[in-house]
Amino acid sequence: MSTSASVTAAQESAVPAPGKQERSGARAPWPLLLPALILFVAVVIVPLAMTVLLSFHNWGQYTGIEFVITLKNWHEIWSDPYFYEMFARTFRIAGLATLIAALFGAPEAYILNRMRAPWKGFFLLIILGPLLISVVARTLGWALLFGGNSGLVNKALMAVGVIDGPIPFMFTEAGVVIALAHVMMPFMVLSVWAALQRVDPQIENAALSLGAGQMTIMRRIILPQIMPGVLSGGIIVFALSASAFATPSIIGGRRLKVAATLAYDEFLNTLNWPLGAAVAVLLLVALVLIIVGSNAIIERRYSEVFR
Amino acid sequence: MSFLELNRVGKRFGEHVAVEDMSLSVAKGEFISLLGPSGCGKTTTLQMIAGFMDPTAGSICLNGRDLTSVKPAKRGLGIVFQSYALFPHMTAAENIAFGLEMRGVPRAERDVRVREALAMVGLDGYADRYPRRMSGGQQQRVALARALVIKPDVLLLDEPLSNLDAKLREDMQIELRQIQRNIGTTTVLVTHDQTEAMALSDRIVVMSKGRIEQIGTPHETYERPASPFVSHFLGKTNEFQGEVIRRAGEALLVAGSCQWPAPVGPSGPVTITVRPEKVGFDSGSGNGVKARITNRIFQGNHWLFQCETECGPAIVVRQNTGEAQPAEGENVCLVWRAEDMGIRSVGGAS
Repeated sequence: MSTSASVTAAQESAVPAPGKQERSGARAPWPLLLPALILFVAVVIVPLAMTVLLSFHNWGQYTGIEFVITLKNWHEIWSDPYFYEMFARTFRIAGLATLIAALFGAPEAYILNRMRAPWKGFFLLIILGPLLISVVARTLGWALLFGGNSGLVNKALMAVGVIDGPIPFMFTEAGVVIALAHVMMPFMVLSVWAALQRVDPQIENAALSLGAGQMTIMRRIILPQIMPGVLSGGIIVFALSASAFATPSIIGGRRLKVAATLAYDEFLNTLNWPLGAAVAVLLLVALVLIIVGSNAIIERRYSEVFR
Repeated sequence: MSFLELNRVGKRFGEHVAVEDMSLSVAKGEFISLLGPSGCGKTTTLQMIAGFMDPTAGSICLNGRDLTSVKPAKRGLGIVFQSYALFPHMTAAENIAFGLEMRGVPRAERDVRVREALAMVGLDGYADRYPRRMSGGQQQRVALARALVIKPDVLLLDEPLSNLDAKLREDMQIELRQIQRNIGTTTVLVTHDQTEAMALSDRIVVMSKGRIEQIGTPHETYERPASPFVSHFLGKTNEFQGEVIRRAGEALLVAGSCQWPAPVGPSGPVTITVRPEKVGFDSGSGNGVKARITNRIFQGNHWLFQCETECGPAIVVRQNTGEAQPAEGENVCLVWRAEDMGIRSVGGAS
């Protein structure tokens, strides 16, 4: 089949002309998938397969990458407690950032959803605005705020009298968690926002008329309905936080390594590509397992209620 | 004594007047409908009774108690919303139990009352269903049970049947009326559907542009509409231009080629109103308006005729009794009884 013919077929099926529906339905324009498929295979599948393969290669200080199949890198990760600690830190940071994003993002989305016309759009833009700025710029902003003992955050906290001396934010897990939670917040807000759109606007009035107070309405009526949104937002934030590179490398620095920054160092500083590949593959596998697992749990938990 | 009393209630949104100077008293156990086109203020009125909106003027009293400053959660009213507003994450039984739970009713009693409520709306066996897995009619019944199980002083219904298909709507109307009669809850229904209002209510409040046009029983409002708006909104009405001529000793109402003795009242140019179903055909030479049938539509239990008369267009509805009916293009005479005819001066009220 020539390309032009398949394009015509696709146009017909997109806007079905009366009387021609059976024809276009019977011959789905599969060839149209080709460009996307080729791109996907070329830039995702092939590099991924190469990375997995790379993680089984050997590497020597003087020999470079040796194209043999060995479990050396995997054994090293398995036996060296340094890697345990690093992965534990990665997921701890991601988990805490997700928690903070949920605690702040869900109420934020709720308030936003109840705002009136001009303010709603304005504040939505403010919340989503950070997405328009590079992650590096946003993180450097946090570096300025945290920056050493004279950072703005410390100055403000000391001025209010919450703390006596400066808290170290830079190069600490706390700093990374705070910065990550902020960077990822829009994803959580958007996800909860989408869930809120499906909530019947009269439902709070219904609960009110049945005698429920504001707190009860929040806890018993609204929260259960937006929970799927919070959880799916949580999955997005967790995955992005666990694989984040810019924020941990700027706020965390060279010593506070997470999986992404470690893989980067192995590739570009130590030049031990196979070990870096093994770390990256392990991070990917762990994330896929966590996401697929929690998704399955969420779907089972809420399938009865939501479709 | 009136049970629910609206006393000169008004609501403004900035410059826009949604409800103005509305007074209404509802007796205990009465079923009353607020009827009007969208934007007439009926929903705003309901929201004010429910407490979701504060009136900008006037007061609302329930059983002698001023409701104006009472929070909606404390008013003890049952509300069925247009969208039903069921809690999607709770089963039917949990939905119904929610109001009882908020009132601190002990679990054992709660279970009994939920079961009774489900039985009342004919949904026994659906206790553990989630709303999404129920049909529109079933969801509607759950919403009704949820509103009634708390034994509210007043039941407020906000266009509760508008999301159901025609057949189901009719069934629910009968059922809703039956349930309301059985338990005797004072009920206020908001609707834009005149047949629904007529089928259900003891009295109808016809509203337009934030004001009450007429309050009366369904029969009264239909047969003796207080204003042109009411006569047009409730059913269909034919209007003919005529004239009342008053001379010494006699007064005549003249329309086209026919005339009647004129009643006391207006003189000069008038509008004559007649309901389509009150008009009959007379092939003889009686005192009737001459007309030609332009369109004949068969609608099962009745025929609908569109006619071109000497005084303007008219429609006629005839029961399908099996008798032969005039055909399209036929010349006929439209006749009606003098008492079925309304007269008002042109540009004025009746």
